Amino acid sequence: MSGVRVLVGTRKGAFVLTADGKRDRWEVSGPHFAGWEIYHVKGSPADPNRLYASQSSGWFGQIIQRSDDGGTTWEQVGNKFAYDGVPGTHQWYDGTPHPWEFARVWHLEPSLTDPDSVYAGVEDAALFRSVDGGMIWAELPGLREHGSGPLWQPGAGGMCLHTILIDPSNPDRIFIAISAAGAFRTDDGGKTWRPINNGLRSEQIPDPAAEVGHCVHRIAMHPSRPSVLFMQKHWDVMRSDDAGESWREVSGNLPTDFGFPIDVHAHEPDTVYVVPIKSDSEHFVPDAKLRVYRSRTGGNEWEALTNGLPQNDCYVNVLRDAMAVDALDSCGVYFGTTGGQVYASADAGEHWAPIVRDLPAVLSVEVQTLP
Amino acid sequence: MIRVVVPWHLRTLARIGSEVELDVDGPATQRSILDALEAGYPMLQGTIRDHVTQKRRPFVRFFACGLDLSHELPDAPLPDAVATGTAPFLIVGAMAGG
Repeated sequence: MSGVRVLVGTRKGAFVLTADGKRDRWEVSGPHFAGWEIYHVKGSPADPNRLYASQSSGWFGQIIQRSDDGGTTWEQVGNKFAYDGVPGTHQWYDGTPHPWEFARVWHLEPSLTDPDSVYAGVEDAALFRSVDGGMIWAELPGLREHGSGPLWQPGAGGMCLHTILIDPSNPDRIFIAISAAGAFRTDDGGKTWRPINNGLRSEQIPDPAAEVGHCVHRIAMHPSRPSVLFMQKHWDVMRSDDAGESWREVSGNLPTDFGFPIDVHAHEPDTVYVVPIKSDSEHFVPDAKLRVYRSRTGGNEWEALTNGLPQNDCYVNVLRDAMAVDALDSCGVYFGTTGGQVYASADAGEHWAPIVRDLPAVLSVEVQTLP
Repeated sequence: MIRVVVPWHLRTLARIGSEVELDVDGPATQRSILDALEAGYPMLQGTIRDHVTQKRRPFVRFFACGLDLSHELPDAPLPDAVATGTAPFLIVGAMAGG
């Protein structure tokens, strides 16, 4: 029977949760890298036993770990992330120029076809790539140097490149998102980039319709329809039907359109999931109720999914990288909270149950569907 | 032989005990000790000093003989007791957080 492996990054280590296809009994292993912040763990689509993990510490910097046995054992690989050339400046919180400084890896995106190739999105925002299994990292400087970089400014969490989406129909096309710069696209494998923020409006910046400066929190796509993108912005849930050339708002009847994660059902390209958060000032769920909202119409019409989720006295957040779906039939949906719970639904969101309840604050959740 | 005490998280990375002994080329300085440590344990590269600038990470401290040597120049000689192995050179994760 097929199964799933859930890869959980937390403030104090990584955890690997496994179950068979029923997804009702779980084994929990961890913490791996106890005491370290694990921003992200992700498996290679080409080899599910190849995992990459971003391990970091305010004291001791960045480490990258690699596993070739599905997370049972790990090997430390390269951790040198040096910007290409003289990196210049971006804007600091007070608007003054500030030199680019590497802080950490937020997101690791393995190649769709080659287990040894993997992209890393880092803070301060830049995109790196390794083609040797994570040993050596080289920046793709065309993004940082495309022209608008000096105008980028960090969001509250830092100036992080947190989303990397590879077009499965065209590996030269990659979408990325940066807080608080916006979304960008390359059509030539990362050599050249351009902003794709037309249609976004952010009242928190001087020109609400500026080309860059938007705090994009997450972008998602369905692999069968890579020109359709869904975005959870600082405020607003957005949709693009033309690979980011233009965006329109699809927040519809959501109780609040602030939030962090967004994801798409594995088999239904117009079924989208978000977790509304009360506001940018109060990073917890509205009305003390943890509700996933699902749209089956590609946005605008949303329904609350609450069965099995706490509906009183709940004040958790769900961070941008902390939601994922599996590819089983029916589609499983998973998310982790800042309260340390990882919830799973084996029926596309109709019913939820916690896999674990008391982990450290969850930073990221990824799922592998195993043969 | 120079003795170096390594903090917990770096011990787990390097898979070593709390203290390692190093042969150091030339005078005992912060730079020569860290060069020898990173040569013996490459997985520690970038964790004590920044990969690019080679500067001490902000929340790493160097202590020896009851002194905070963190702000000494990298090539300044360390106390004789460190150079002779009588006293260890301590790499410490700074008290920070709450």
